[in-house]
Amino acid sequence: MAEPVLEIRNLNVDYGLGDRAVHAVRDVNLTLHRGEVLGLAGESGSGKSTLAYGLTRLLAPPGVITGGQVIYHPAQGSSYDVLALSDNGLREWRWAETAIVFQGAMNSLNPVHKISTQLMDVLKAHEPNMSAHSRAARAREMLKLVGISADRMDAYPHQLSGGMRQRVMIGMALILQPQVVIMDEPTTALDVVMQRQILGQLIELRERLGFSVIFITHDLSLLVEFSNRIAIMYGGRIVEEAPANTIYRDALHPYSKGLLSSFPALRGPRRELTGIPGSPPDLAGMPAGCSFHPRCPKAFEPCGSAIPVLGRPDTPDGAGRSVACWLHPAEQPVG
Amino acid sequence: MKYFLQRIGFYVFTAWAAITLNFFIPRMVPGDPVQSLIAKYKGQLSTDAMQSLYILFGLDQHKSMWAEYVDYWKQIFHGDLGLSFTFFPAPVSQVISQALPWTLLLVGITTIISFLLGTSLGVVAGWRRGSWTDGLLPVTTFFSSVPYFWLGIIAIYLLAGPDSFFPSSGGFDSGLVPAWDQYFIPSAIQHSLLPALTILISSVSGWILSMRNMMVTVASEDYITVAHAKGLSERRVALSYAARNALLPNVSGFALSLGFIVGGTLLVEIVFSYPGLGFTLLQALGARDYPLMQGIFLIITIAVLVANLLADIAYLLLDPRTRKDG
Ligand SMILES: Nc1ncnc2c1ncn2[C@@H]1O[C@H](COP(=O)(O)OP(=O)(O)OP(=O)(O)O)[C@@H](O)[C@H]1O
Ligand code: SF4
Ligand SMILES: [Mg+2]
Repeated sequence: MAEPVLEIRNLNVDYGLGDRAVHAVRDVNLTLHRGEVLGLAGESGSGKSTLAYGLTRLLAPPGVITGGQVIYHPAQGSSYDVLALSDNGLREWRWAETAIVFQGAMNSLNPVHKISTQLMDVLKAHEPNMSAHSRAARAREMLKLVGISADRMDAYPHQLSGGMRQRVMIGMALILQPQVVIMDEPTTALDVVMQRQILGQLIELRERLGFSVIFITHDLSLLVEFSNRIAIMYGGRIVEEAPANTIYRDALHPYSKGLLSSFPALRGPRRELTGIPGSPPDLAGMPAGCSFHPRCPKAFEPCGSAIPVLGRPDTPDGAGRSVACWLHPAEQPVG
Repeated sequence: MKYFLQRIGFYVFTAWAAITLNFFIPRMVPGDPVQSLIAKYKGQLSTDAMQSLYILFGLDQHKSMWAEYVDYWKQIFHGDLGLSFTFFPAPVSQVISQALPWTLLLVGITTIISFLLGTSLGVVAGWRRGSWTDGLLPVTTFFSSVPYFWLGIIAIYLLAGPDSFFPSSGGFDSGLVPAWDQYFIPSAIQHSLLPALTILISSVSGWILSMRNMMVTVASEDYITVAHAKGLSERRVALSYAARNALLPNVSGFALSLGFIVGGTLLVEIVFSYPGLGFTLLQALGARDYPLMQGIFLIITIAVLVANLLADIAYLLLDPRTRKDG
């Protein structure tokens, strides 16, 4: 497998302080490898966005990182912990190394500035020696890359359609040629055809430019189609992680199975749509043991008392995957 | 652009309506102020002046209402607003043009300073919300809710007096004659300090609060998070993204407040007996000086309309969403 570019180690994020803190991300261990698309799925409220904001240190109060490391491996030079960077170091790291396309990217553009201004101020901040002329040239090039004609440079956000704004954000994310692009539900506001078109384009760009992607959505069908590996989140934890088609064919965690059965099969034999009974866990009062046990059809004796750790399962194909479930006790914990 | 023309049309219509109303009101006033005035100044009124009064007050029985109305407009366009009763026989336009500079300078300058200062402080307070600056908010809220004139009375009570540096009334030393010289100007400035301070303190708080609250609202917008994620400097995010967007409502508020320069601080002028338009209006009211009242109302109306137009222009320039695609 390719070398890692981003390693999230034991990351914990809370909202609020003290007893009333909500633990939105718990002991998350996740590795993004060079050139891959890592999908992150889970019900609404499972902590996907919090994880993305946490690892880029963009959490708005009351969000706080309470522990962990985010080890970044630059293309050249030695690795470092993003969470330990100074303010200046963090500013330089942002966008140049890791860019984000946000959930609700419709409002990601400032309504009072031209598209060109918003594309070029990134360049001004990160490459201060660049001439105004080459900044404009680069901005035009990025628009072309995402299929927007250069004469839209001077447009204001409200003059563009939702899909175009989304493309502008993707072009903006790639303008400094980062190694990592995080996409948090980048297309939920768009219609299905547009979603696939934009994601398809992104994957093509990834093959050409060679960046890695963390792709967050609760739409598993999109994930299975566009990612190499998939991690499933439940109640702030990663509960299963495996290559995309392994998850699709043979998920081990009962929650992953539930998620998969709640959307129609893309191709192949039709499956019965069952969904998951019960409602997502209350983060403030998480059940003891495996937090999925009140909803789990397979829950048994250890589930209510002890937390299953994420690790390599006891299955024949166990090497490339990990799961946190007492049905498949970890032989080798991750992290 | 179409929108803008519509607005201009609307303002022209409003101005026409206000001036027309000004034409009809004196014709409905009970009693006959002009007759008594003419009686009072028997022999001193020139025929021209009497003719002008007749037209303004609709006493010209030989003419139809329509002809009077046309004459009235002709007079307005010549800047002839009739003769003042109180300052008889000075024309209203002259009385107003003497009082107006005082108001424009005092209130105009303080309004601009107050806006610039309040908005800048509001940007800082909003960007640093949650820090010690929040502790100053109750004080600001207090000052923004205190009426100007009340603050003025307190200021006179505490700071002005026979031996004080601050005069308690007037616009200049009574021994001086208005002129642009080294005696008059310092005296005028000295007299304006206390009223200016009064207006500044009570109006700056409003700007601080509204700008701070807009900053807090804007700070939670997605594009601010994106600006941070882009690795822009804190300064650039605060000014070019947050403050730039938070400014919109404040700027149109400012343009509107320019309209109230003329009539909005009437009570401060009255408290300080400041020789501006507000004080003049008080005198006109006391003396039932209808021509002067009409003239001042006309000026106030026009000022408010022009300010509204400015607010529209400001919004058009600052918010691209209001510019219909071009
Ligand atoms: N500002 C906040 N204050 C308190 N709790 C918060 C805050 N933001 C998020 N949370 C809680 O953290 C949990 C995780 O939220 P998060 O937005 O990360 O979920 P998500 O997986 O991205 O969901 P979605 O699919 O809806 O985007 C949720 O239960 C939410 O209630
Ligand atoms: S650990 Fe137990 S409760 Fe949790 S998913 Fe596995 S079987 Fe279900
Ligand atoms: Mg989310």
